Amino acid sequence: MSKRKNAMTKEPADKTAPDSGRRRFLNRLWALLGLAAAAELCVIGASFLVSRARREDRDKDAAVVIAGTVDQFKPGSVTAIPKGRFFLSRLPDGGFLALSPACTHLGCMVTWDEKQNRFACPCHGSAFSAAGEVLTGPASRPLDYYPTRIENGVVKTDASTALRRSGFEPDQAVRM
Amino acid sequence: MHSSRRSLTSLVLHLHPQSVPASTLRFTLSFGLGGMAATLMGLLFLTGPLLLLLYQPSAEGAYDSVLVLTREVPFGRFARNIHSLSANILAGIVLLHGLRTLFTGAFGPGRRLNWIVGLFLLVLVLAANFTGYLLPWDQLAYWAGTICVNMLGYVPLCGGGLMEFVRGGKEVGPGTLANFFTLHVAILPAVLLVLTAWHFWLVRRAGGLVRSGDGEARLPVKPDLIAREAAAGLTLAACVLLLAIVIDAPLLARANPALSPNPAKAPWYFQGFQEILLHLDPAFAVFVWPVLGAAALVVLPFVPGAALPPGVWFGAKGGWKLAAWSALAGAALAAAVILADEFIPGAASPGAWIMRGLIPTAALAALLGGAYVALTRGGKRSRAQAVMAILTFAFAAMTVCAIVGIWFRGPLMRLTWPFAGGGA
Ligand code: FES
Repeated sequence: MSKRKNAMTKEPADKTAPDSGRRRFLNRLWALLGLAAAAELCVIGASFLVSRARREDRDKDAAVVIAGTVDQFKPGSVTAIPKGRFFLSRLPDGGFLALSPACTHLGCMVTWDEKQNRFACPCHGSAFSAAGEVLTGPASRPLDYYPTRIENGVVKTDASTALRRSGFEPDQAVRM
Repeated sequence: MHSSRRSLTSLVLHLHPQSVPASTLRFTLSFGLGGMAATLMGLLFLTGPLLLLLYQPSAEGAYDSVLVLTREVPFGRFARNIHSLSANILAGIVLLHGLRTLFTGAFGPGRRLNWIVGLFLLVLVLAANFTGYLLPWDQLAYWAGTICVNMLGYVPLCGGGLMEFVRGGKEVGPGTLANFFTLHVAILPAVLLVLTAWHFWLVRRAGGLVRSGDGEARLPVKPDLIAREAAAGLTLAACVLLLAIVIDAPLLARANPALSPNPAKAPWYFQGFQEILLHLDPAFAVFVWPVLGAAALVVLPFVPGAALPPGVWFGAKGGWKLAAWSALAGAALAAAVILADEFIPGAASPGAWIMRGLIPTAALAALLGGAYVALTRGGKRSRAQAVMAILTFAFAAMTVCAIVGIWFRGPLMRLTWPFAGGGA
């Protein structure tokens, strides 16, 4: 009995006894191992997410879309090109501008309103001119555009990546 | 058999204290909102796995699997309706529960941490609701998802990366759906369960629900509290089941990335937010205002004297008058601003962020600060009452925004009369 009592009173004292250095070391080791495991989990998670993006990149070939021949589009007209999911706007000066229909506010698809001569967004009411400039907010930058070129009178647009811009510059449009 | 049944009942009892103060049993103290939220969560956790058996989480298969579920599977539509209804009611109940906590001063010392846990639960419930909204991959889902993902782009510094991360690819598509699905069926429910348990336990540790006095009569939990909980919970469950027979969960046409519905509206609990998006510069609507609002709510319990005297609605006998006037003022102001903005041209960039960001933010801050000073100095109100008035004001303003968004916005989000064709 007395022996047991002895052992019990000794136990708490053990924590501050000389060998507590070993205990502290082991505790730290556990914490370190735990952190390493958490880091591994994070790395695995991240690699899952990254692999997904990369796989999608591979699927995407250079998406050059032939919109039509130059004389199909009247100056001052806007035509939807469903194949490439963009609008081909022929400016009054004859320049071609391929506009992404994704509203620069929060990404809804704008539609072309022939009567009012503007693009209108159904989500929060932004409006854009035929050149893609903001007419009314809340959108704060003009519609993105796709690089376009004219070869032998045929309008070709690379619809893979839309280019951001902060304003309309005449050289964004291609001319004959 | 007998012993296992007994252990089940003792588990239920174990979540409760032995006895509770008599005054906290009064229905009009809490309106049973917390218990109702727990009941709805129960319904969600029961119907969720049923839906999961048939749902296909892929951009190609999701919509068809929901069609099969609603048209061909016996009781499939019923189960989906229960799930959707419970989720929507839960969002409302959780909001009301937060208001109740505010009005009965139940976030003061001893309950501060639980207020924070409660805020997290509110965010989780809304996130769970919203991610669930996206899973059918119909037009509603696709465009709500697109808008939500693009919002992240306005977060300063890390916005672009965050957006790409959540989108899981170049465009909203399979990766996005996979992200939302994982959140909805694994991560959010797990966190919700843990936080809910913590929330309950913290109520118990604070000595039960808030009350005004100490040392009053206590009543045994069994039967007094258990019977009341069962009555409220079962009634609510019965109501949800009945409503689920007649109200169908929405399902629009299959997602079409080339065409946004007109008007494209957020679910009702985000309508107030969407209304603000119409008026403010996006960086302010998406980031500055939500962050300021959330920070205010988080800091609130740590401001000394911000909580009303506990356990009395509106802090005192006539306290409701102040709350009512503030609500009225908030509602009137919101309505006036929305109407006035019809006549202010939508400023195009540049300078939009000053006209529609900085100036409104400063004006609102000046208004709220002025109201606080006027109430505490001029009106001789306590700090807690002034805080209550300001929060009520803000909530009423948000409610009006939501009402306008839900019923008074037509095609191209222009103001219209409700049901004037093309409505919600
Ligand atoms: S997404 Fe076009 S206005 Fe908001």
